[in-house]
Amino acid sequence: MPWRSANDIEMYSRAYKWIVSTPPILWVGIFLLLPYALMFAHSFWLVRDGTIVHEWNLENYAKLFQNPVYLEVLFRTMRMAAGVTLLSLLLGYPLAYYMSFHTGHSKDLLYQLVIVPLWVSYLVRGYAWKTILGSEGILNGFLEYLHVTSAPVSFFLYSPFAVVLMLTHIYTPFVFLPLYASLEHIPRNLVEASHDLGAGSRATFLRVILPLSLPGLLAGATFAFVLTLGDFLAPLLVGGPSSIMIANIVQSLFGTAYDWPLGAAISVCILLLTISLLVLTERLENRWSFR
Amino acid sequence: MKRSSQLNRRSPLLAIYALLVFAFLYLPIVVLILYSFNRDGVGGFPPKHLTIAWYRLLFTDSAIWDSVLNSLLVAAAAVVLSLTLGLLAALALDRATFPGKSIFRRLVLLPLILPGIITGLSLLMFAVLRGLPLSLVTVLLGHGTALISVATTELFAGLQKIDRAQEEASLDLGATPWQTFWRVTLPNLKLSLIAAGLLIFTLSMDEIAVTFFLIGRDNTLPLEIWARLRRGITPEINAISTLIFAVSVILILVWYQIRTRTTGKEAHELLERP
Repeated sequence: MPWRSANDIEMYSRAYKWIVSTPPILWVGIFLLLPYALMFAHSFWLVRDGTIVHEWNLENYAKLFQNPVYLEVLFRTMRMAAGVTLLSLLLGYPLAYYMSFHTGHSKDLLYQLVIVPLWVSYLVRGYAWKTILGSEGILNGFLEYLHVTSAPVSFFLYSPFAVVLMLTHIYTPFVFLPLYASLEHIPRNLVEASHDLGAGSRATFLRVILPLSLPGLLAGATFAFVLTLGDFLAPLLVGGPSSIMIANIVQSLFGTAYDWPLGAAISVCILLLTISLLVLTERLENRWSFR
Repeated sequence: MKRSSQLNRRSPLLAIYALLVFAFLYLPIVVLILYSFNRDGVGGFPPKHLTIAWYRLLFTDSAIWDSVLNSLLVAAAAVVLSLTLGLLAALALDRATFPGKSIFRRLVLLPLILPGIITGLSLLMFAVLRGLPLSLVTVLLGHGTALISVATTELFAGLQKIDRAQEEASLDLGATPWQTFWRVTLPNLKLSLIAAGLLIFTLSMDEIAVTFFLIGRDNTLPLEIWARLRRGITPEINAISTLIFAVSVILILVWYQIRTRTTGKEAHELLERP
């Protein structure tokens, strides 16, 4: 890879640099930075008599920590996100490991097979799970067909289980991709050396392969966790009242409950949580990746 | 890579596990397609009496096709918007230095990793503040802005691979920077542009989290499906989903081919590196 030295870009004139950088900076400033800033501003305002009043205060944040409902839902969301992350890793890691170390010619084909479900729309996949898990659904039909059950089982759908299952299905390919990339980057002679020096398959996996795949594992896990944290569609689609997540509260505060400032305050918390997780994992990835 | 084959010991358990993971990944898709042909609708097992009646019904459903048209319009406009800005942003990141460059880079990429609800709501507040009525235009604004992240990543990767000596030669031989851009830089980026465009198009067609908060009276296809789902399950949704799936797969296969052509060699070199 031809990395460029800093003075390479001297060939472009000042005008060229101005022309290419001004429009995107302006656009991103107006349509991304400003809206995000507006979110922060709203979180310090309040609603009085059904209108938003621009009085700066910390009441929204105080409410978040005083009312146990918000923290409870936040913790539940984090538990569910952890569940999704763990399950995606349990499905994704062995698959990535198998494909990287135990398949030969079929590698590329299998890789594309993992990619394809990634491109089926989120909504459509959620809908498919709904038709599978419902009390009139396919799973129940299947179980009755096999005479395992005689009456429809209703707890498959509209439960935290359904939400975790659906999101695991959606994020497993996302977790797989960086994992597979990091496994593919492991120099095979290290693995051979480990075997030559007398380590068994297990020791080689635990001491060579697993540590070297940590950056990929971390990248995938962060992705699954962060995106589950901010998800509000899965609970609406396949979850019940017991699986309301934090983003559902935000959504209802921006809708029927009409308290934008409080909703903004929760959004800011999600945003800060997300960004701190990203910064943390980026640091860890840098520390763990070897070059 | 060949030497590694001696490490490939048979491991049937792992192979079975991998097969099960694939089954899990494909189960909903298979179910979706299968039941779009089931006469008795979605549910029950096994599906019997295959029919294309649901597809017939779908083709007479004008609300769905209006929403498909809306989605196509938004996606096409989002491709133009985010490719233009993403190209400029990628050029800026590759070739210009300015204060706050690393902040700019992070900000552009933020919608890629932030939950859609945050980007959607932020833009909603912006629209309300500016007095913009919610419509397909606000949806386009959301898609176009959020997807600059994808365009920038793809095009930046493309720029990194261009041999800069060509541009230098063009400038040395008397072409203006403008001519160099149109005749050297852009043709070199052609495949990256097509690949990024296809990816953005597909993502925009499927987008729901940001759209949810910016939609006006005219629905995009995912929002139309969403609205119908709230009323109950109908096999028509299976039929339209199967069609979208088929189109997505075709687009993605094209995208993948192009992408392998642009980055394949590179990835190969990386894998071969000791």
